[in-house]
Amino acid sequence: MATKKAAKKTPKKQTKPKAKVKPKAKAKKVKPEEKMFTIFIMGKAHKVPADATIMGAIEYAGYLIKRGAGCREGFCGACATVYRLPGDYKIYTGLACTTLVEDGMWLTQLPVIPGQRAIYDLDKLVPNVATIQKLYPEVFRCVACNTCTKACPQDLEVMDYIQAAKRGDLEQLMDLSFDCICCGLCAIRCPAEIVQYNVGLLGKRLYGKYLSKKSPELKKRLKEVKSKKFDKEYKEMMTMKKDKLKKKYYARDLES
Amino acid sequence: MYPEYMIPSLEKVAQSRNKRFELAKSGKPVFPPMSAEEREDVLTKFHPDYKSESRRKIRLGPNKGELITTEVADMLESHARIKPELFDLSSPDYETDILIIGGGGAGTAAAIIAAQKGVQSIISTKLRLGDANSMMSQGGMQAAITPQDSPTRHYLDAMGGGHFDNKPELVRALTEDGPDVVKWLEDLGVVWDKNEDGSMQVLHGGGTSRKRMASCRDYTGAIILRTLMDEVRNLPDKITVLEFMPIVELIMDSKGRCAGGVLYNIETEEYFTVKAKATIIATGGYGRLHIRGFDTTNHYGATGDGLVMAYRAGAKLMYMDSVQYHPTGSVFPEQIAGFLITEKIRGAGGQPLNIDGELFVFPREPRDVESSAIIRECVQHKKGITTPSGRVGVWLDSPLIEMLQGEGYIQKQFPAMLRQFIRYGIDITEEPMLVFPSLHYQNGGIEINAECESNIPGLYVAGEASGGVHGRNRLMGNSVLDYNVFGIRAGKSATRYVKTVKLGKLTLEHVKDYEQALKKSKIKTDRIAPVLLPSYTPEDVRKRQLTACYEGTLR
Ligand SMILES: Cc1cc2nc3c(=O)[nH]c(=O)nc-3n(C[C@H](O)[C@H](O)[C@H](O)COP(=O)(O)OP(=O)(O)OC[C@H]3O[C@@H](n4cnc5c(N)ncnc54)[C@H](O)[C@@H]3O)c2cc1C
Ligand code: SF4
Ligand code: SF4
Ligand code: FES
Repeated sequence: MATKKAAKKTPKKQTKPKAKVKPKAKAKKVKPEEKMFTIFIMGKAHKVPADATIMGAIEYAGYLIKRGAGCREGFCGACATVYRLPGDYKIYTGLACTTLVEDGMWLTQLPVIPGQRAIYDLDKLVPNVATIQKLYPEVFRCVACNTCTKACPQDLEVMDYIQAAKRGDLEQLMDLSFDCICCGLCAIRCPAEIVQYNVGLLGKRLYGKYLSKKSPELKKRLKEVKSKKFDKEYKEMMTMKKDKLKKKYYARDLES
Repeated sequence: MYPEYMIPSLEKVAQSRNKRFELAKSGKPVFPPMSAEEREDVLTKFHPDYKSESRRKIRLGPNKGELITTEVADMLESHARIKPELFDLSSPDYETDILIIGGGGAGTAAAIIAAQKGVQSIISTKLRLGDANSMMSQGGMQAAITPQDSPTRHYLDAMGGGHFDNKPELVRALTEDGPDVVKWLEDLGVVWDKNEDGSMQVLHGGGTSRKRMASCRDYTGAIILRTLMDEVRNLPDKITVLEFMPIVELIMDSKGRCAGGVLYNIETEEYFTVKAKATIIATGGYGRLHIRGFDTTNHYGATGDGLVMAYRAGAKLMYMDSVQYHPTGSVFPEQIAGFLITEKIRGAGGQPLNIDGELFVFPREPRDVESSAIIRECVQHKKGITTPSGRVGVWLDSPLIEMLQGEGYIQKQFPAMLRQFIRYGIDITEEPMLVFPSLHYQNGGIEINAECESNIPGLYVAGEASGGVHGRNRLMGNSVLDYNVFGIRAGKSATRYVKTVKLGKLTLEHVKDYEQALKKSKIKTDRIAPVLLPSYTPEDVRKRQLTACYEGTLR
């Protein structure tokens, strides 16, 4: 996996983009000359435009998605999908909203991923390895197989952040899991039954609350607000005639 | 990868880059910002809202006679999903203190506040908790936290951005609570972008006179909302989350107060009733109504449900004649058409350019102005770039950012953007993106005051579903702030209210009355609302669904 970092910017598990595509909103069946692929949605064959995303293809095939779509742009993790390709023994994982279909693709969406989650009072936690040990003891069962990293549609170094959790390195846990969208694909593949994304979340919250350096400027501003420092100016502007306020607005200086 | 025919234009962009870099580095404005008259001119001529068919008079309800965005008026003038007489309201299926409709930022913030004060709540949400526009905000949140800035300056910027139509008391609440929200979120564990000394990293956004955009890389919304959701899940004794169970109608009591809602399980298709002492609408926006046929940046469930429920119950709407088109939605490749390109790209120095590689507008005008200028460049000046599928757009020069901010900046600050395009073979550190305005935000909504009260007792509204905070044009970063400020305020107000209220008999009479009013106004329609989900089922599939029964867009 040493090459992984360098390869970060190259598309993963994706075919080359194709030029012509069906419209995203209000799908219409395409012109006859459009290239089609046959894919198997939950085992059933469907012909779909070759340049559709998996989500687009599922809808094109006539399914009304209730589970399995949220943001539709790669942020929410609602659309975890598992697939295989012809002549290939591998199990692939991806987001339905951003992964393009491939010919012969055999796929299913995962409607939900069962995952354990600790309940805790953040105010009472200490940002150290003992907290991880207490809340997510299974983290220490990690066998460093790297399956989670391979499964991650965000190309995160999932194993590395679990290793960081094991060491109690909360800064690295936060940093490496920052872009996690909680799709759960790592968790469903993990032989140690770890729910990586919840560990990542805990790490981020501990870091944000306890370890990130606090802003002295913010502290000062909060004091000013509390002492009603801006009260007078607010009152002035809130009762100002529209014209006068407009003038003030267009005359304001801009920070470069 | 861009098609071959775009290469000459791409070369022009690359050629003009050095000169643009020198100018940007000099600190002078890279293009003259528009005067008030110029703004007015470009808006009236090119903003989609100003097309005559964009708005029409609504024929019934609290805003009767007012001009409203056509698609919204259509939605408001439609039939209910339910028949009120089928419900036995004497024994509700759920009872709670506060019913919170919507599991996005505003809803979760309100629930946390209520729980901390010992008050019970139910969060009803259409999809999963957190499947919401709040999850998607990338760029950041405004808050006046630097020494050279002040909450009152933020106030002035927000008022100007909204064309001075904003409700002053709401803008004051928004801007004065801003610094508190930063702290509140950090205490909950949000990881803000910081400088070495711990001060907050801030950038410009459209219409800001000071740098005040705080961020969490370009996953700002995801980090904030996941933190809020995580906290909700830490409070299971106080907060019950009902997923895939949207509210389809409000329930009132005999004294005209809001007293809960009707739940619809979209999977089993059962209906349930919730009795609640107070109700908070936090249902977000309406991008999935695809107003004017535009692509949208919004999540799957953004169908404006809160508006229609509240309207039927008699709530007044404000500024429902204005729609926000984000200046930079993606137009190529087609698979990501409409996807948001965060404004932070322009905040960090990215520039919109025409086919000749020239800047044609100050990159950080307020959104409606910037969008209109892009439309003008494409429609009137014919200097857009046409995509293979016939869309048109302008370049958004991202490589310039690497020159201005240092190599590696995009990888570090815009990982989501980089990912989005690299999937299609476009490396935005080396090539620009192709963009056009995309349907983004519901500027108006249910009118509230600074306590988040609507004109209906017991009905509170927070976040994108509310109206008045942003006037007729929201500035970037003010809605993440909005859902936090007003989510918290709604939680507090509702908590105070539930301690005093004694509900009367529950009723759905208002739904019947509205049905009558439709008839009286001679409105004939087969539309059903709330819409709940958009329909992307192709026409020819629909034609073959001979025995399928559609209730609006839902099967
Ligand atoms: C792609 C994108 C990027 C953005 N970037 C920024 C940014 O950088 N800065 C900024 O300030 N703003 C940004 N915004 C705007 C901002 O994110 C939203 O306006 C804000 O998050 C809205 O919060 P909310 O809680 O009001 O609504 P949402 O977060 O949308 O939550 C509404 C919730 O209500 C649910 N719901 C809807 N109908 C019903 C019903 N009938 N019953 C029950 N539940 C229902 C929805 O499913 C959803 O969960 C962005 C928006 C988008 C779409
Ligand atoms: S770390 Fe796991 S849950 Fe997070 S994005 Fe990657 S696969 Fe999904
Ligand atoms: S899949 Fe599980 S066991 Fe394997 S490396 Fe990842 S966390 Fe460790
Ligand atoms: S639908 Fe949100 S990540 Fe795919």
